[in-house]
Amino acid sequence: MTLAAFLVLFAATVAGYMLNRRAALTIRGSGTQLHSLESFHGLYSALTVLVPVLVILLLWIMLQGVVVDRLTMGSLPDGTLDGLGTGQIQLILAEIKSISRGVIFGTPEEFKIQAAERYISYNNTATTLMLAVVVALVLALVVAARRRVAAGFRARQQVESITSGLMIFCATVAIFTTVGIIFALVFETYKFFTMVPITEFLFGTSWEPQIPIRADQIAAEGAFGAVPVFLGTIVIATVALVVAVPVGLLTAIYLNEFASHRVRKVIKPILEILSGVPTVVYGFFAILVIAPAIRSFGQSIGLDVAPNTALAAGSVMGVMLIPFISSFADDALSAVPQSLRDGALALGATRAETMLNVLFPAAIPGIVGGVLLAVSRAIGETMIVVMAAGLIAKMTINPLDSVTAVTVQIVTMLIGDTSFDNPKTLSAFALGMMLFIITLMINVLALRIVRKYREIYD
Amino acid sequence: MTDFTTDPAGPRPVNATTEAVRNSLARRNRKQLWLQGFGIAAISFALMMLFILITSLVGSGYQAFTQTHVEIEVFVDPEEVPVENLPRGGFREVLSASMGQYFPDVDMTDRAAAREVSTILSNGAQFELRDMVVADPTLIGQTITLKVPTSDPYDQLAKGLVKRDTTEENRRLDDAAIERFDRLQELGLISKPLNTGLLSNADSRFPELAGLKGALVGSFWALLTCFVISFPLGIGAAIYLEEFAPKNRMSDFIEVNINNLAAVPSVVFGLLALSVFIGWFGMPRSAPFVGGLTLALMTLPTIIIATRAALKAVPPSIREAALGVGASKHQVVFHHVLPLAMPGILTGTIIGLAQALGETAPLLLIGMNAFITSAASSPFDSATALPTQIFIWADSPERGFVSRTSAAILVLLGFLITMNAVAIYLRQKFERKW
Repeated sequence: MTLAAFLVLFAATVAGYMLNRRAALTIRGSGTQLHSLESFHGLYSALTVLVPVLVILLLWIMLQGVVVDRLTMGSLPDGTLDGLGTGQIQLILAEIKSISRGVIFGTPEEFKIQAAERYISYNNTATTLMLAVVVALVLALVVAARRRVAAGFRARQQVESITSGLMIFCATVAIFTTVGIIFALVFETYKFFTMVPITEFLFGTSWEPQIPIRADQIAAEGAFGAVPVFLGTIVIATVALVVAVPVGLLTAIYLNEFASHRVRKVIKPILEILSGVPTVVYGFFAILVIAPAIRSFGQSIGLDVAPNTALAAGSVMGVMLIPFISSFADDALSAVPQSLRDGALALGATRAETMLNVLFPAAIPGIVGGVLLAVSRAIGETMIVVMAAGLIAKMTINPLDSVTAVTVQIVTMLIGDTSFDNPKTLSAFALGMMLFIITLMINVLALRIVRKYREIYD
Repeated sequence: MTDFTTDPAGPRPVNATTEAVRNSLARRNRKQLWLQGFGIAAISFALMMLFILITSLVGSGYQAFTQTHVEIEVFVDPEEVPVENLPRGGFREVLSASMGQYFPDVDMTDRAAAREVSTILSNGAQFELRDMVVADPTLIGQTITLKVPTSDPYDQLAKGLVKRDTTEENRRLDDAAIERFDRLQELGLISKPLNTGLLSNADSRFPELAGLKGALVGSFWALLTCFVISFPLGIGAAIYLEEFAPKNRMSDFIEVNINNLAAVPSVVFGLLALSVFIGWFGMPRSAPFVGGLTLALMTLPTIIIATRAALKAVPPSIREAALGVGASKHQVVFHHVLPLAMPGILTGTIIGLAQALGETAPLLLIGMNAFITSAASSPFDSATALPTQIFIWADSPERGFVSRTSAAILVLLGFLITMNAVAIYLRQKFERKW
């Protein structure tokens, strides 16, 4: 049915195009001059049919599920859902849906079978209605478009304003996405802060998000102090930068100043591979190779290293960031005007002195911008730490110890079945909100530094 | 410069500055050598890490491209598998009885011993036998030859990953098990063919049966959705911003937005998808469609930036010529500039899609790490994707999953390399110097 609706729509689009084009051709054939080319008359019909109906169709499909769910749950016998939590209601709905698909476990209650039948009939009605609406709309629009064909009709202008509108819509999707992110985060974070005071979250030093599953269960009350979680992220990011910054900068210096053109042409793409490897691969690499290696090395010199030490996750993340920093630094060094380089060399400085005393200081703003972007990457990086870092939040800055990270907590809180009504799940959104704000600030700062610096020499 | 100190033309007039320069020159050159040395060391470090990464993955992954199989004669006993009960029946008992014929010294009436002997067969063997018999019930009462995977410990033994020289209590197989395996090997029943199951099976709890089909199909649907959404949206946005947008605060704001979106951590997109797409719009969990939608939002900035660069590279003379012969602004863009920019746009899009293929965190949050034993038949079915499958396998405790994970990574890297190679080919083939 849904497929049929789409087929009808596309058929009507094509038909509208042909119809209007032919009509315009007929007018031209009779010797009258057309304002617009006949293909614009065709496109006019196609666009006026396709755009509105497609929007309606997509909205319908998106909303039908929600509406049918509501109707089905509303039609249950009175009192069935009294005193049930959202999780249990979801469970009943899921069972009704699976019965309607013919998947039946055990013997479900009678009301569920009836609800499943109603669910099927609602869905059938809705889809039939959708098809009918689409057919009616499409016919009306094709006819309306056909009636506008005339020698003086400014079809090109119409088509161009429609395409302009579409393009503006495309451009605003980026804004919608940002707005969507902010709304989702703010909404869920607000719910979280109604359960956990914001001061506890920001300044608390204990993160133990275990909460009782049943009301009568005796369990830890749960503590949501985010400080140790952020501390873990800082430890891991610091390790990553300690690896990435020197290696990345030295690489950039060598490639920019000392390497021959051929070496540069070979080495740069190979290094870029490091940044193209998916992070889940780095995560596996960390647990397969790096963590055991660090651990056995630590044991050989008598250090006590945790199996999922921050050092493993951090150093692998550092390797990932090397090409990021080196290409930023390389760009910044290349952007320093040739006159500075020539001037230093002409005064008798060695190439190393030119690099370290003239070019590098001149390129510092660009390099700092790149390093800041790397910091924001390291903070937001997820898979490496999810796989290689720990789960328990500790107030420690010892990189040999096992620490957790913000992204690790977000993922572990939300993996598996989630319901949006307990602080454990919602805490992930609060952490995500903090993460978003921090990375946003770093990014804006970094982009500003990079841009400002470019203006100086341009 | 070094010539300076060994100038054959004899002594020159020396003043204090020259003297100081001469004396310090060796030190300064040494400093330069140090800097170069550090640079080379840094590059070698990066290259070495890449080398270790690749070799360790290949080293642990290549084993998963073969799978140990055992070939056994099975008598499909009509008493255990009556025709009228199909598809139910005692297939496990049939297999265990047929294993008994190779080990006459084991008392097969002892249930524990019989079970011990059949552990060599994969748990999937009984289902394979069942499917064969259901497809052709005349097999009942006959003796058929069945080639099935061995279970994981024996697979590891055949590949030398279970070391025979470790003591019995530290080994996953006891001496008796190894002896039984060796007997089958002497009989020539053990073989190690190419592991086609790696690509043609869906996920499974048992490493010897687990394959990537579900993940490949899931990734395909997700990437298709991502492409269908982000490609037109990205091009539309880029054309507007590059060719039509007036320079005002609105278009500035859009630009800043796009640049920031490119740097938002991927896990935040996962939160967006979980809360908006699944929570508010009620889209299904674990569906590749939702994954593709999320990936589309993440890929959009990449495509927009690449498209703008490609449009910018088309020289103004083309635009002016088209305008000169009377084309409208839209006609100029859609008939002339866009086709010329297409190779660049496609290159950027493929690179964006390759990034999306490797993206894991947002897919984890929308539940594409579920355990699903069949491939999705539409983008709305539950599925996993390649990177999330790697994550699931990396988390699995069974030894056999270690090499499967590496193999899955090699498959993923294979796809990424192919996509990037296509992008580079497109760029080189169609790139124009104006």
